[in-house]
Amino acid sequence: MKKDRDYSDIPGTYVFDPEHSRQGYHLNMFCMSLNKEANREQFKQGEADYVDKFPMTEAQKNAVLNRDWIGMLRLGGNIYYTFKLAIFDGINMQEIGARMEGVPDDQFKEMMIRGGRPIHGNRYQKEWTRRG
Amino acid sequence: MARLFGGIGTSHVPGIGAAVDNEKTQTDYWKPLFDGYEPVREWMRKEAPDVAIIVYNDHASAFSLELIPTFAIGVADAFQPADEGYGPRKVPVVEGHPELAWHLAESLILDEFDMTIANEMPVDHGLTVPLSITCGAPSAWPCKVIPLCVNVIQYPSPTGNRCYQLGKAIRSAVEAFPDDMKVAIFGTGGMSHQLQGERAGLVNADFDIAFLDDLTQNVDRLVDIPHVEYLREAGSEGAELVMWMIMRGALDADAREIYRHYHVPASNTAAGLIILENP
Repeated sequence: MKKDRDYSDIPGTYVFDPEHSRQGYHLNMFCMSLNKEANREQFKQGEADYVDKFPMTEAQKNAVLNRDWIGMLRLGGNIYYTFKLAIFDGINMQEIGARMEGVPDDQFKEMMIRGGRPIHGNRYQKEWTRRG
Repeated sequence: MARLFGGIGTSHVPGIGAAVDNEKTQTDYWKPLFDGYEPVREWMRKEAPDVAIIVYNDHASAFSLELIPTFAIGVADAFQPADEGYGPRKVPVVEGHPELAWHLAESLILDEFDMTIANEMPVDHGLTVPLSITCGAPSAWPCKVIPLCVNVIQYPSPTGNRCYQLGKAIRSAVEAFPDDMKVAIFGTGGMSHQLQGERAGLVNADFDIAFLDDLTQNVDRLVDIPHVEYLREAGSEGAELVMWMIMRGALDADAREIYRHYHVPASNTAAGLIILENP
């Protein structure tokens, strides 16, 4: 599989490419299962038992159980799938955004109201490295 | 003969649908966005298309990673609102137009666009939010709908050029359909936004405004935007804008801009809307 892609230098971005998709298949399909009311009910009754039905890695299962949103992405999760879990928890996309960045929810919401995260300084990894 | 007369580009943020469903369109947060939607609702009432071809993407609702069609066309009589995890949106069932949809499928495939044909395809916010934006909250949608679902979740999505060429093929196919009817086409998704990662919340208004401008001023530039440029400049989910190129390809080269609206934020997204008409 390709390692260095033309988008690899975009900071804070997990492009759902073939490598990512292979890694995250079972994690994402677990998330997908929450589209069904009956499955949501089962998950509610015992999260650990429910995730054991899916052939995920232990790291993926722990990321799900601990609601490690950025960890799920790093382990192959796709945001539209992991968002199913957020819907289950009753939290919205801005709250997920805050948790992925590691800032308070209000701070993220405020950033959006001010026009969002600016493109300036956020195009290349090296801009983030310099910033430290 | 069927006539494809105009197109709409619009974001399809789920929060916009939720604001309609929960009657929050007049709150301080949502009012500026919804005020800007009045002219498109007026346009839809005045133009009254018989059919809208709605180009959208599914968000892990009808399709999952089990099966990832690049282009899928819905040929059913009706499409049910999907359960995305909250229970289905309480919006009208989307009525299809199987005769035109099958005609499009046949024509596009013979024109070498290898469409996936869907008889069962619940439709999620990607399709129903554009209907809410353009039609409000009626008891039945005012036109028939042909869903055209594009993969933009699994990289790589089709290129802007492929989308644009598909739009051209759709135009030819519609105009070869014998029944007398008015057809509109919607390109949905975008504009700049990134939902995932530490860069979530990215908005690039300069990119978006230039994109809206060039839908009439420099389509060639837009056709050639590579994936990496969308990803970097418009955010990982801003790459949905390739779907607008299908809409654009279906219109005349000298299509006119009738109206636009741009507002930040709608949840984590820059919400844009444009109406284009053939001269």
